[in-house]
Amino acid sequence: MSANDFNTPITPELVKEHGLNEEEYKLVLEIMGREPNINELGIFSVMWSEHCSYKSSKKWLKTLPTKADWVIQGPGENAGVIDIGDGQAAVFKMESHNHPSFIEPYQGAATGVGGIMRDVFTMGARPVANLNALRFGEPDHPKTRHLLSGVVEGIGGYGNCMGVPTIGGETNFHASYNGNILVNAMTVGLADADNIFYSAAAGIGNPVVYVGSKTGRDGIHGATMASAEFDDDSDEKRPTVQVGDPFTEKLLLEACLELMATDMIVAIQDMGAAGLTSSSFEMASKGGVGVELWLDKVPMREEGMTPYELMLSESQERMLMVLKPGCEDAAKAIFDKWELDFAVIGILTDTKRMVLKWHGEVAGDLPIDPLAEASPEYDRPWEPTPKQDRIDPASISGKVSHVDALKTLMASSDLASRRWIWEQYDHLVMGNTIVRPGGDAGVVRVSGTNKGIAATTDCTPRYVMADPVEGGKQAVAEAYRNLVATGAKPLAITDNMNFGNPERPRIMGQFVGACQGIAEACIALDFPVVSGNVSLYNETNGVGIMPTPAIGGVGVISDLGHHATIAIKRDDSALIMIGAATGELGQSLYLKTIEGREEGAPPPVDLNAEKRAGTLVRELIELGLVRTCHDIADGGLLVAVAEMSLAGNIGADLHLPESGSEVAWLFGEDQGRYVIATRDPDKVLNAAGSANVAAVIIGQAGGDAVTIDGGAKVSLAELRQLNEGWMPSYMAEAAQ
Amino acid sequence: MKSAVILFPGINRENDAIAALEQATGTKPTVVWHGETELPKTDIIMVPGGFSYGDYLRCGAMAAKSPIMRAVAERAKAGVTILGVCNGFQILTEAGLLPGALMRNASLKFICKNTHLKIENTNTRFTNQYKTGEVVDYPVAHHDGNFFADSETLDRLEGEGRVVLRYCDANGVVDPATNLNGSQRNIAGIINEAGNVLGMMPHPENAIDPLHGGTDGRNLFKSLVEAAS
Repeated sequence: MSANDFNTPITPELVKEHGLNEEEYKLVLEIMGREPNINELGIFSVMWSEHCSYKSSKKWLKTLPTKADWVIQGPGENAGVIDIGDGQAAVFKMESHNHPSFIEPYQGAATGVGGIMRDVFTMGARPVANLNALRFGEPDHPKTRHLLSGVVEGIGGYGNCMGVPTIGGETNFHASYNGNILVNAMTVGLADADNIFYSAAAGIGNPVVYVGSKTGRDGIHGATMASAEFDDDSDEKRPTVQVGDPFTEKLLLEACLELMATDMIVAIQDMGAAGLTSSSFEMASKGGVGVELWLDKVPMREEGMTPYELMLSESQERMLMVLKPGCEDAAKAIFDKWELDFAVIGILTDTKRMVLKWHGEVAGDLPIDPLAEASPEYDRPWEPTPKQDRIDPASISGKVSHVDALKTLMASSDLASRRWIWEQYDHLVMGNTIVRPGGDAGVVRVSGTNKGIAATTDCTPRYVMADPVEGGKQAVAEAYRNLVATGAKPLAITDNMNFGNPERPRIMGQFVGACQGIAEACIALDFPVVSGNVSLYNETNGVGIMPTPAIGGVGVISDLGHHATIAIKRDDSALIMIGAATGELGQSLYLKTIEGREEGAPPPVDLNAEKRAGTLVRELIELGLVRTCHDIADGGLLVAVAEMSLAGNIGADLHLPESGSEVAWLFGEDQGRYVIATRDPDKVLNAAGSANVAAVIIGQAGGDAVTIDGGAKVSLAELRQLNEGWMPSYMAEAAQ
Repeated sequence: MKSAVILFPGINRENDAIAALEQATGTKPTVVWHGETELPKTDIIMVPGGFSYGDYLRCGAMAAKSPIMRAVAERAKAGVTILGVCNGFQILTEAGLLPGALMRNASLKFICKNTHLKIENTNTRFTNQYKTGEVVDYPVAHHDGNFFADSETLDRLEGEGRVVLRYCDANGVVDPATNLNGSQRNIAGIINEAGNVLGMMPHPENAIDPLHGGTDGRNLFKSLVEAAS
């Protein structure tokens, strides 16, 4: 298409290529009052893509609780903002980059990290911690090593260069992700609570300014790609994946923060998915104003670019701002210092229309609100997932000894150490990392204070698959628990909803159920959603992923002198289990790995008990009574204790119950539980009694082995070899 | 006691460096932008870690050509104490202030972890607070820390006591198994002929607070203060 070819005929094929169905195109004609030109069609296409419009999910996202006294900004901005006291705010969000990462793992993952950091510093916050939630296909799948290796390098390549520590995350392997990996990246930033920047444009006549990298042809239609299923030809979509430049983003970060320290910005928005289109429409729509854009003024990387390409490019490391009038020169000086492009590319108008000019000629003229706010909203048909029966412990064959089961689990792809991954991430830069990866939540110090921010990412997709409501609850509860286990008060979450094709009622039912579970947990735990992202159509050739609503949780530790880690620190400590054991083996790793059964009802979450246990544990840590704490999650009690022993290099002897199933006791994944180590068990048990929380001594720290009831044991050296050995040897096979 | 930290575009451990220098000297260092041509009068100059110019072309290559580096070279000649950490080490080798080069890690991967280091020479401005042969624990965080020099240069460095730090295990054993990035002779840090310029890959500035998990890095900065006072 040549630069001035605005008159390309709009055929039904062209409309279909733009991902719009007949109904939607009718609405386009109605809104325009005429046939759109190609530029306008492209804009409708990306604005109404699932990725940008949330048309399938909106109805249900609205049901999530988003309020608390400490919430400064909930969903709807570039990132959520919470008050963390002392005039400071934490700004955070998690976002997916699934489709690009499958096609081109390094760049897909790298630009995912770059995009989420931009979302956070757009709001005036300096990023202080990165996390991620990754899902890959089964280890034996021929693509898994290549994807894992590329994604990890990409995340490290971008985050390390930006100088933001990657302090936590989670990684799962499962066949349902063979054709659709998930790469969810989260960033937490810190800002002054009274200096948060928003995206609503204001001030008729104010200049619209473009800063950052030049615009190229990369990523055109990325948002549309992210809104469709994959098929065998998806590799051909590689050109729609953007290429990241973390060095430029580091400069952009410093330049933006320098500008934000002045009083020149009215509104700012990063150019992420759907680039200039989405950023300009959102800013104008939120501010209730019109915009005239002079597209020929946009800094361009290549010659011969068209208005269509400029509006749809997803080139990275770019921002759009509205400045106060007369500030252009002073602002430009800052971007000159950082050697970044700075261009006035338009002006705010009172027309409530987006007028695109190309060398003075009108290249497009669209009403803003109908596109941005009145995009389609679907109430898609959905059906609930049939409930499964609880697993009766009597159905367990029990042919494997407890110690052998532990060894198998610790060396399995689900539980093996992720050190191979996180040692490739700079998790120490900024000099504030207090709890490193490998524990329950990562913790960074708020620079210059004794306060800490704890952050974690969590989801157990096999639970969500079996029961979307309980699984949704569990994801939130586990995030809550992981924060509590460091001594943090959990404050808010971001949700990254990864699902299959919402046009299938069963999949839509998973989404609806997960939202319901998340909402129930958020309310019960006083743990609202402040930001999020939805990624649908994670399917290849009609096979969907397990539903994966990844939850990113953030909490605050008021005094870092009193925080906890999972490592057992002294061999004269008693081990106490907080929370009640009920012996839930449904969907457990024991059932899957040892018995070869992926079935049963997942462990139910008692949210009231969860809250009571969480409050108790946090108070015990705050009082200094507990410095060692780990939540009981995948693998159950024995795995939790083994992880604590390995982290502290001090063994443990674990009692067996007097009655009931030993397998259910050792390997059940009952929720709402922690293991703590203490030298003052009576005090802890008394405190638990007063708080109406179940607590029982389950063993004793000491020695150099994990021992079961004074009998069978496995040395820490052997266990470490099994746990640490799996991933390096798995990845080493790739090189052969 | 005055110090300065040089800031190139893409450097990202400047605040870690500033914190360590401030802790040791009691005064916040002056931050000097790469485009400057003059340095304030200071006792210590630190070139911090990060990704100057995104590590494009070659780690440290572009920063070494920055205007401020002429002034840094003059100060080096004048005997001012200069510490380059990680990317700072790479920049100092590219600028010709230290011999050798830092190549890609043997594993071809970025490595962030704590490592043991043997203090080989305590008779320097950078290590006078340590005991000879002392084993310390600092983190590393780099993709290109694999020290290379020809064997003649290496022999000379060894002979002149200019190998200051080596990768080792907790017992001080230096062997291939404890060489985390493939460096020639496990070398983690060297000084120039005059003894006033040290380049090292590990990060002592990330081991200065009990909350970091260790404080072994403090004595390196204390040594600088001791030597300059």
